[in-house]
Amino acid sequence: MKPFAYHQPDQIPDAAKLLTSIEDSKLVAGGMTLIPTLKQRLASPVALVDLSKLGSLKGITDDGATITIGAMTPHAVVAASELVQTKIPGLAALASMIGDPAVRSRGTIGGSVANNDPAADYPAGVLGLGAIIVTSTREIAADKFFLGLFETALEPGEIITAIRFPVPLKAGYSKFKAPASRYALVGVFVAKFADGVRVAVTGAGPGVFRVPPMEVALSENFDPSAIAAIKIDNDGLTSDIHAEADYRAHLVTVMAKRAVDAALS
Amino acid sequence: MGNVIGIGASPKRKEDQRFLTGRGNYVSDIKRPGMTAGVFVRSPHGHAILRGIDKAAALASPGIIAVLTGEDVAADKLGSLPCGWGISDAKGVPMKEPPFPMLAQGKVRFVGDMVAFVIAETPEQADAAAELLTIDYEVLPSVVGVLEAVRPGAPQLFDDVPNNICCDWELGDKAAVETAFRKAAHVAKLSLVNNRLIGNPMEPRAAIAEYEPGTDRFTLWTTSQFPHVVRFLMGALVLNIPQHKLRVVAPDVGGGFGVKQFHYGEEAVITWAAKRVKRPIKWVASRSEGYVSDRHGRDHVTEAELALDEHGKFLAFRVNTLANMGGYLSTFGPNIPTNLYGPLLGGVYTTPAIYCNVKVVFTNTVPVDAYRGAGRPEATFVLERIVDVAASEMGIDRVEIRRRNMIPKEAYPYQTPVLVQYDSGDPMGCLDGALVAADVKGFGIRKAASASKGKFRGLGYSTYVEACGLAPSRFAGRLGARGGLYESATVRVHPTGQVTVMIGTHNHGQGHETTFAQIVSEKLGVSFENVDIVFGDTDRVQFGMGTYGSRSLVVGGAALSKATDKVIAKGKKIAAHLLEAAEVDIQFEAGNFSVAGTDRIKSFEDIAGAAYVPHNYPLEVLEPGLEEQAYYDPVNFTYPGGCHIAEVEVDPETGTVTLVNYTAVDDVGTVINPMIVEGQLHGGIVQGVGQALFENAVYDEGSGQLLSGSLMDYCMPRADHMPMMKISTHSTLCTHTPMGVKGCGEVGTIGSPAAVINAVVDALSHLGVTHVDMPATPNRIWRLLQNASLPVAAE
Repeated sequence: MKPFAYHQPDQIPDAAKLLTSIEDSKLVAGGMTLIPTLKQRLASPVALVDLSKLGSLKGITDDGATITIGAMTPHAVVAASELVQTKIPGLAALASMIGDPAVRSRGTIGGSVANNDPAADYPAGVLGLGAIIVTSTREIAADKFFLGLFETALEPGEIITAIRFPVPLKAGYSKFKAPASRYALVGVFVAKFADGVRVAVTGAGPGVFRVPPMEVALSENFDPSAIAAIKIDNDGLTSDIHAEADYRAHLVTVMAKRAVDAALS
Repeated sequence: MGNVIGIGASPKRKEDQRFLTGRGNYVSDIKRPGMTAGVFVRSPHGHAILRGIDKAAALASPGIIAVLTGEDVAADKLGSLPCGWGISDAKGVPMKEPPFPMLAQGKVRFVGDMVAFVIAETPEQADAAAELLTIDYEVLPSVVGVLEAVRPGAPQLFDDVPNNICCDWELGDKAAVETAFRKAAHVAKLSLVNNRLIGNPMEPRAAIAEYEPGTDRFTLWTTSQFPHVVRFLMGALVLNIPQHKLRVVAPDVGGGFGVKQFHYGEEAVITWAAKRVKRPIKWVASRSEGYVSDRHGRDHVTEAELALDEHGKFLAFRVNTLANMGGYLSTFGPNIPTNLYGPLLGGVYTTPAIYCNVKVVFTNTVPVDAYRGAGRPEATFVLERIVDVAASEMGIDRVEIRRRNMIPKEAYPYQTPVLVQYDSGDPMGCLDGALVAADVKGFGIRKAASASKGKFRGLGYSTYVEACGLAPSRFAGRLGARGGLYESATVRVHPTGQVTVMIGTHNHGQGHETTFAQIVSEKLGVSFENVDIVFGDTDRVQFGMGTYGSRSLVVGGAALSKATDKVIAKGKKIAAHLLEAAEVDIQFEAGNFSVAGTDRIKSFEDIAGAAYVPHNYPLEVLEPGLEEQAYYDPVNFTYPGGCHIAEVEVDPETGTVTLVNYTAVDDVGTVINPMIVEGQLHGGIVQGVGQALFENAVYDEGSGQLLSGSLMDYCMPRADHMPMMKISTHSTLCTHTPMGVKGCGEVGTIGSPAAVINAVVDALSHLGVTHVDMPATPNRIWRLLQNASLPVAAE
């Protein structure tokens, strides 16, 4: 690890100001990706701006038709939240499948969404539920937020403060874990709303994406059988030492069926 | 008599008090006054000419102390890292043995090959300085696979090693095998890959070196399984340090699995550098560094053929293997795929003729050496797989074909056609026990239950034997060992009757401090808590060859047993004097010396006291003191074995294999501590399951980059991969070790891969699947099912 300055602001504007005024500064939320990167000397920011003192970024609130999860809320808290378990059990289940207990205790929803790892779980939940990403300056719809491999719509100095999830009629997540990392080799989140179904896939490609043919089919018939025959194209999917693109494409269908099963159960 | 906890008891492990309370003393816990930090700069290329290293910027970096490179090594005329075994081809031509410089000279041959050592005041300063080195590489194409390495036109690692072949080794009667194949009613054939593995001990490697000018002595603290061997190899052959001027300490070590039983270049560099900079230096590897520098294991490509008569009797077995050595010869490298592989191809069967050819091949990968099991899992996998293939092709039940060919209990000692003679064993007894324990009769019901859920269930057998307790020195010498393989123990009885044992094996997780104390407690009748075991320090322990090859109890325990016998013998002499009786009339039992048939008695403590306060003592004929030493060199290997049965469930939709049941009945000879033996079996089995289902070291052909270079990409087995295992023993006693022990450290790893893969193949056999390469990952199984000859459907 290389030396860096360390700041712990207690107001969001102060954090944003530090971030824009110090070139090569980085936000640290739970640090589950950043700290290992620093330790391997792969990143060497001049300063870290730690969000952990921003109390307003923690906690889960019930807004009726939506629930809002503060950006600094750890995965374990989401997984154990009675509110989330009651209103969006699929999201609580997703949070419970991230990493291991240590990661779930430290890692945060804001950190995961901002990092947009192509195999992270939360992007599937956020896109699948059509959530709103609330930042220090604006609100961004999930469909406009995730821009591909580690890329998001966040501007320099913009800080995610919360994620607002619409409460679906039903939702489920199914994840095929990469054997070693236990990130999603393929993870599929399905959510049924009054006006239709959303299907979001993580792990399979360079970034989280939706599967319109499955959404159409499930909107007509919210049952695994409705999508059993829908294959997605291998093109653009990831091939690596764990799985080639055609296997990932196959798993998208399998995991989507299982996500529907989970939503129905 | 105190609290004797002897053979057959399962006390809690003595060493766990300090481990579980965070009070272990590992190399990285040690701090020396004035200690500096060292980091190794490693090649990022698989194969490159090293044109030059510009140190200027690094030497101007804050806190820098020194930067050492291969040029400095050459200028000091230091030796090459030695190989401990020299094998030869069929004509007696010795293996090619190119130099292995401790820092690369002229060329780098694998990603991770060391090119410089940077020493600074702090680890951060050393890291920063290391990044400032400008290293001029001319990158060459790499070759990483054995098949590719021996092809014409392949990149050549060494100018004087044509086709990258280190040695074209063979064993067995080739002509007899050919004759038998001509008469065979059936020939089963199998091509397979034994996947490359990375050991991943929990504690990464580390070292501290210090030079004391006042005494001209060096001390090296290192994460080693065999400190005395490091002292010899490094002192005598690499650095020219006299043995009495070099102390090697291997304190608490967090797991080895073979990875820490080699003399590594890092040890030599840091020891040499400590004198140059006149300060102690510490180096601690990161996990990532371990991936590209810890010696890897396995990595074979094999063609095997089994000849059978019309009744399924094995007539002959022929095996041709290409074995990966990596970029250089490591300490035991060439021995593993040859001497520890070919002689195991007889298995538990009466196959009369066996021939094995192994081409030992250099590639641009981390050097390959022993990893738990070392050669024997590879042999067992080939044999136990092809037995299943033959059974399937001939329509004979897999258990039945094993029974028809098994060596019966009464045929022991049994001479195999491949050098080794098994002293004892009962493979049929282990098989029968395992069939019951695994509830094989109920398998059909379980299979049907799986099928009703759309899953395929399979059962796999591995009836295996291994050779361990390394090793009879005379035998090993004939096979090319350049050192002895005995063990030594000193039993020091203190004046108050407590006992300290100095032993040359090394405890790094195996529970030696407990097992060896039980042996002493049992034999001397002293309290278990009054026995301490000292190991891992060349200044405290007389000598030793260390721990590997399931040898600690077999060879080290035998030395300890002998030394204990000598203590008893001397105690009897002292007792005879004190009790005014003839020595032949003295009995030793339950910690007391007595005159047979009388009530005249002296306790062990009385005798110890008399030995150190020799007022009334036969000084004319007997030295004072009560301390005895023994060296033990085994007359044969030991041959543990057994039957493992794996039961798996395959999800055809995703290709996921789930291990649902695992049963092992093992013959490990006398069991000293059943709890520790069970733990060794658990750990060994899990490592074998790891090879079968999860672990795979993958290199990129061409660039030589390790693609599975971290725990994010290299899948270790975890607790949730395993069912509760059913472990039991069915022991026959070893006929030549003092206590009848056979060793148990590696059996789990040796028996299990074949059992698991045989189960996977069984689960998929109705689809025409005849073989699955390891690891049987979901991706691989799914692809196999895509190509399967029958449509995928649950029965």
